[in-house]
Amino acid sequence: MPAMNIIQALNSAMDVLLDTDPDVIIFGEDAGYFGGVFKATDGLQAKYGLDRVFDAPINEAAIAAMAIGMAARGLKPIAEIQFADYIFPAIDQIVSEMSRIRYRSAGQFTSGCVIRSPWGGGIRGGQTHSMSPEAFFTHVPGLQVVVPSNPYDAKGMLIAAVESGDPVIFFEPKRIYNGPFDGVPDKPLASWARHPKGEVPEGRYTVELGKAEVVREGAACTLITYGTLVHVAEAAAEHSGLDLEIIDLKSLVPYDIETIAASVNKTGRVVVAQEAPRTSGFAAELAAQIQEECFYALEAPIFRLTGWDTPYPHAHEWAYFPTRDRMIRALKTVTEA
Amino acid sequence: MSNGQSRFHVPTPPFRPGDAPDFSYLNLPKAGTAKRPDALAPWRDTSDLAVGLVGVLDHNHQAVGDWDPKLSPELLREGLSHMVLTRIYDERMLKLQRQGKMSFYMKSTGEEAVAVAGAMALRPNDMVFPSYRQQGILFARGRNIVDMMSHCISNSRDNLKGRQLPVHYAWAEGHFYTISGNLGTQFPQAVGYAMACAYKGEDRVAASWIGDGTTAEGDFHGALTLASTYRAPVILNVVNNQWAISSHQNIALGDAPTFASKGLGYGLASLRVDGNDFLAVYAATQWAAERARKGGGATLIEMFTYRADAHSTSDDPSKYRPKGEFDSWPLGDPIERLKQHLIGKGEWDEARHEKLVETMTALVVKSYKEAESHGTLHDGPLSPTESIFEDVYARPDWRLRRQRQDLGV
Ligand SMILES: Cc1ncc(C[n+]2csc(CCOP(=O)(O)OP(=O)(O)O)c2C)c(N)n1
Ligand SMILES: [Mg+2]
Repeated sequence: MPAMNIIQALNSAMDVLLDTDPDVIIFGEDAGYFGGVFKATDGLQAKYGLDRVFDAPINEAAIAAMAIGMAARGLKPIAEIQFADYIFPAIDQIVSEMSRIRYRSAGQFTSGCVIRSPWGGGIRGGQTHSMSPEAFFTHVPGLQVVVPSNPYDAKGMLIAAVESGDPVIFFEPKRIYNGPFDGVPDKPLASWARHPKGEVPEGRYTVELGKAEVVREGAACTLITYGTLVHVAEAAAEHSGLDLEIIDLKSLVPYDIETIAASVNKTGRVVVAQEAPRTSGFAAELAAQIQEECFYALEAPIFRLTGWDTPYPHAHEWAYFPTRDRMIRALKTVTEA
Repeated sequence: MSNGQSRFHVPTPPFRPGDAPDFSYLNLPKAGTAKRPDALAPWRDTSDLAVGLVGVLDHNHQAVGDWDPKLSPELLREGLSHMVLTRIYDERMLKLQRQGKMSFYMKSTGEEAVAVAGAMALRPNDMVFPSYRQQGILFARGRNIVDMMSHCISNSRDNLKGRQLPVHYAWAEGHFYTISGNLGTQFPQAVGYAMACAYKGEDRVAASWIGDGTTAEGDFHGALTLASTYRAPVILNVVNNQWAISSHQNIALGDAPTFASKGLGYGLASLRVDGNDFLAVYAATQWAAERARKGGGATLIEMFTYRADAHSTSDDPSKYRPKGEFDSWPLGDPIERLKQHLIGKGEWDEARHEKLVETMTALVVKSYKEAESHGTLHDGPLSPTESIFEDVYARPDWRLRRQRQDLGV
């Protein structure tokens, strides 16, 4: 199997989809000729033509709405929003429209759109290239929200998203596009080539949405997270020597409560980690659900490790981002409680 | 165009890498041919101007026609000096970004006249809502260069406390609003500001700038609607530099003749202007400012120019447009044109120009040394770490106080 980074894996997923399904259509700002600012759609316009992969005007609301209209006529649009920070102009189309088309028409119309968007921090992007706005969308009935954390999942989940028939907000942790990140700033970039999930099959396969994965087994504490922080968690386990169980959530809506509960019932201790600000973040949803399901198994309060309740800073990025060392401190608080 | 059957259509730019650039399709009217209506003329009187081109400097660098603002040589030399400084500053900052001194940079090369002449034709207390490519305004308004650089390298002197990406300046003292990374948001905000000035009985105007690509955003259309409905004293500039990262202007323009023509549908005075002609930019802004101040309402101005360099330090334009496009750009280089105009009038010469470039280069080099003495992004000192918890609200609540403790700062 070839080694791919996340960008190549996404590109391969879209290549497979374009090749096998004439209804798949791809567009976004700079996504056509240029292949996107992160190159996820590189070469696809040249290969499949201008009417399959094309540039959209800079209007995120219109991009989402165009996808909705196309999906109503049976196309399977994959729209790229250049950065998750720029998805907000589209919020009305996504929240009030895309998410509810099936429900409000009692199933007569559907809106199987996939919105891909580079997400999360760690690239010194300042407040408009670093946000993790997943909680704005997990709050909306009718949307699926996913965040892959490696090349293998990225490809399999993107294909599964397009085939799901319902809208999917597909957030891509851009910090780890080109290699996993251990949460220690200013180290040279690691490579996906040496990571088991960097091996990606060429053809079609899917990774089921709604399923989490225990990426490291342990007995002392469960750490639940998604995206870039999965790799930070692995580094934290390695570095601290703690007997940590790590769950890569992958799908936020729907989330895999069975895998979570099984782990928490085993370890009795939980850290939930997200890059996004703390208040009303997705970690809060997980913490609430875990205490309902597993209250009597818990031996310590559930700990939320999050970004602060501030906009994402530029110069002080590493004071904001949940780094490996901050994660270890959180784990110690919980395991020593 | 049509063969009686609707077909899926996506526009392509006239040229891509490997093609020979040729701008003859633009069909630009000659300088001096545009009529100058009275500043309080009905918007309909600008219909021809919205699809034409307001130009003053002709191909011999002479000022011609109705729109010549007849500026003094002193003022022209000042404009030239600001443009030269803008270009040298951009060059230097790009180099420093390449050396890792800052995280990101965006140049305004080729578009200096838009910002510099635009700012000079306004009063110093007129409010500006720029995008990230009008650093020329800051030079025209006399901002301290060490302060500008300190922001770009996010050091302890950065007046934005390291919170913003480089070039996203904010300078209240200079009536320069905080620049957003989210495209287009400032356009309707500028209208609101202008309305507030009118409400308060001030004779200030507001001006804003967005790119050609950004006109696709809803906020562009919101701004034009507000500006027309409330007859706001605002100048709405669309800087058409032909490209929006890799997308040609036609991705936002569609089949409309010009961006300026879009203003007519809203009932706004609308001008298309040679954005590389210092005198034309000055004259058009002066016209729009007079109109706004005297109660005539808003003007949409399309500044027709060319983005001579990369979008930012994150892209390589040779991947999406032909090399050497700028050399065939029919409206030339704004600095060269103003310089030649002054030389033609006997008010400037090569030796003085060389001296100007030298002085400005020395100023930039010296300023950077001073800026660096206040720290750099990588080596510090930065603004204090605890400052990330400030200014979220006027007074931090318990959450922020507790989070600051959690961080241990
Ligand atoms: C809402 C939003 N969407 C997308 C972006 C990403 N982006 C930054 S600059 C840019 C192109 C803007 O082009 P244009 O408006 O022509 O201005 P120019 O850069 O040419 O001055 C894009 C798509 C953004 N900053 N904000
Ligand atoms: Mg542009």
